[in-house]
Amino acid sequence: MIEDLFTANVIIGILASGIRLATPYLFATLGETFGQRSGVLNLGVDGQMLLGAFAGFYVVLTTGNLWLGLGAAMLVGALMGLAMGLISVTLQAEQGISGIGVYLFGLGMSDLLFQKMLGTVETVKGFPQLHIPLLSDIPVIGEIFFSHNFLVYLAFALVPVSWFVLNKTTWGLKIRAVGENPEAADSLGVSVSAVRYSTLILGGTLSGIAGASLSIALLNVFQQNLTSGLGFIAVALVYFGGWRPVGVLVGSLLFSMVNALQLWVQVKNIPIPSDIAVMMPYVLTILALVIAVQRVRPPAALSKVFERGE
Amino acid sequence: MRSTFSRNSRFGLIFDALLPLLATLAALAVGAVMLFLLGANPVEAYGALLQGAFGSTNALADTLVKATPLLLVGLGICIAFRGGVINIGGEGQLVVGAVSATLVGLSFPGASGWVIIPLALLTGFLAGAIWGGIPGLLKAYFNVNEILSTIMMNQIAVQGMNFLLKDIMIDPIQLEAASRIPQTARLAIAFDLPRLVPTRLHLGAALAVIAAVLVFIFLWRTTIGYRIRAVGLNPNASRYAGIHVPRYIVLSLLLSGAFAGLAGAIQVYGVHHRMFTDGSATGFTGSAGFNGIVAALFGQLHPLGTIPASFLFGALLVGANSMQRAVQVPSALITALNGLVVVFVVSSDVWRRRRSRQRMRDTVEEVRKPAEAEAAT
Repeated sequence: MIEDLFTANVIIGILASGIRLATPYLFATLGETFGQRSGVLNLGVDGQMLLGAFAGFYVVLTTGNLWLGLGAAMLVGALMGLAMGLISVTLQAEQGISGIGVYLFGLGMSDLLFQKMLGTVETVKGFPQLHIPLLSDIPVIGEIFFSHNFLVYLAFALVPVSWFVLNKTTWGLKIRAVGENPEAADSLGVSVSAVRYSTLILGGTLSGIAGASLSIALLNVFQQNLTSGLGFIAVALVYFGGWRPVGVLVGSLLFSMVNALQLWVQVKNIPIPSDIAVMMPYVLTILALVIAVQRVRPPAALSKVFERGE
Repeated sequence: MRSTFSRNSRFGLIFDALLPLLATLAALAVGAVMLFLLGANPVEAYGALLQGAFGSTNALADTLVKATPLLLVGLGICIAFRGGVINIGGEGQLVVGAVSATLVGLSFPGASGWVIIPLALLTGFLAGAIWGGIPGLLKAYFNVNEILSTIMMNQIAVQGMNFLLKDIMIDPIQLEAASRIPQTARLAIAFDLPRLVPTRLHLGAALAVIAAVLVFIFLWRTTIGYRIRAVGLNPNASRYAGIHVPRYIVLSLLLSGAFAGLAGAIQVYGVHHRMFTDGSATGFTGSAGFNGIVAALFGQLHPLGTIPASFLFGALLVGANSMQRAVQVPSALITALNGLVVVFVVSSDVWRRRRSRQRMRDTVEEVRKPAEAEAAT
């Protein structure tokens, strides 16, 4: 019953799974943040994730080597990022719609490969829990924060790294310049195309890892539409987080915590309709968008095609 | 080099009109390579696809049935795009339309079909309008990106559907069963949309074609339609011309959602005769909310062009199943190819835009040259 939800063990469990479930959101949103800060809206994240998830899963299933699987997911993601660059930068296609195309391609392709190469849902042994010495022995805190697999730590570590790259490096400065005023950046000798290609390839790579974090670290299975729209949520969370790594972290945690809560509600057979619980973060995101948009301005050149004057 | 196409502008225009077709052929060519790599004979595969889509009266009827929701969603997409907004919320709008139309039928099981069918279709239309109108309001008055809000609205619709189908709308028979499949009871047979010929083809297909003509008339022959297009082409100029821009942004998304909602209602009354869910949107919609975008793009965002475009993609979807049986390649291939069609169509647009600019420059030249010559004399 409902009191069951408020015992120490359950709360620790919810927080720990919330942290763990934030992993795919974090990889995907951080990648998308780079793309959008450079002015490209990549709506194909979900498709990139699905292909990354499949590639990682398939390699782990056949070779048993987790690192090889992770590498495969990154490679496939990077290629999909390159494709998005070709479409939106070189061919100057409308970004919202071409992203849907990339999504449908990833959805169909990963399903096709799954049916053709696997046929049935199988499981693999994913990334093991990595107990951080000493820290994981701290009661409560250790269980919540320091008893996860490698990809969980990596996802959280990428938040400050992304912040640093975006705000303190030359490349980050170029990304922001290209996203705010591509004409000015271009006239100062920054190659708008090269910067956008680089962020899209990075974004694709991170989407690939996001997918792999589901298929070889959290769920350890692959099936059709494994992500069930998680990549689209990631795109929205970038707006939610105001195009900042820390804001994106808050958004990812919000979604993952509600998901974790909902899973435990189901496990404990508490009569709260789980569908309504799952719905809440989406409603919340819309409300947050209403508030956030009034405060934070998106990158000025977001989703606008850049064409060099002759 | 730079003006071979544009000088001969008639050829250029024909080339523009054929671009989507070329893009589709390119996607099918990629598909052929993929089929080959998967160990299937592409000729045999595409042959089975054509046979499955057009080979018999039943096949043709199934193609038309499959095309119906694509056309209706596509019409909504045409309106939205012409109004300068992007509606990715077709899936959710379809679901909401379907659920509310089902509620109408379930609430009055004894009523006459003459009353319930129009009422249910209208309810679906209105429910879709609300689901599209909310992102419209958020866009017009709170500056919330409609791509994101429509995506969120999709998820909200799906969860709402899942909840209702497991709760108040569930088939009473399922309550007794151990597995409790989340679906409603079958609607009264009196509510089935009339069949057109002794196949699965139902009245909804004809309604969709009529709707396409009406949308065309609305967009190009009425003041409101003209204003929607004006806002889409240039919101600033429209504002100076005295058009209340936010109102037309809301209207575009609202109508866009309405047609997807109608598609949902028609799917229930014409095809499934009940509402069901597999937990995701695609279980019921078959991704029609996304594929409708593909069809509309292919139809050059023109309501009448969307008619043959939906027919083509309906055929691909129906034929995909025959292809799967014939050469053992999963029909998911067609989903992937649909994605490629979108990418190719949108990407090839760059040539059309370039040439249309070139044409404009040429026209300016042509006007200026004689004028300058005249001024010189």
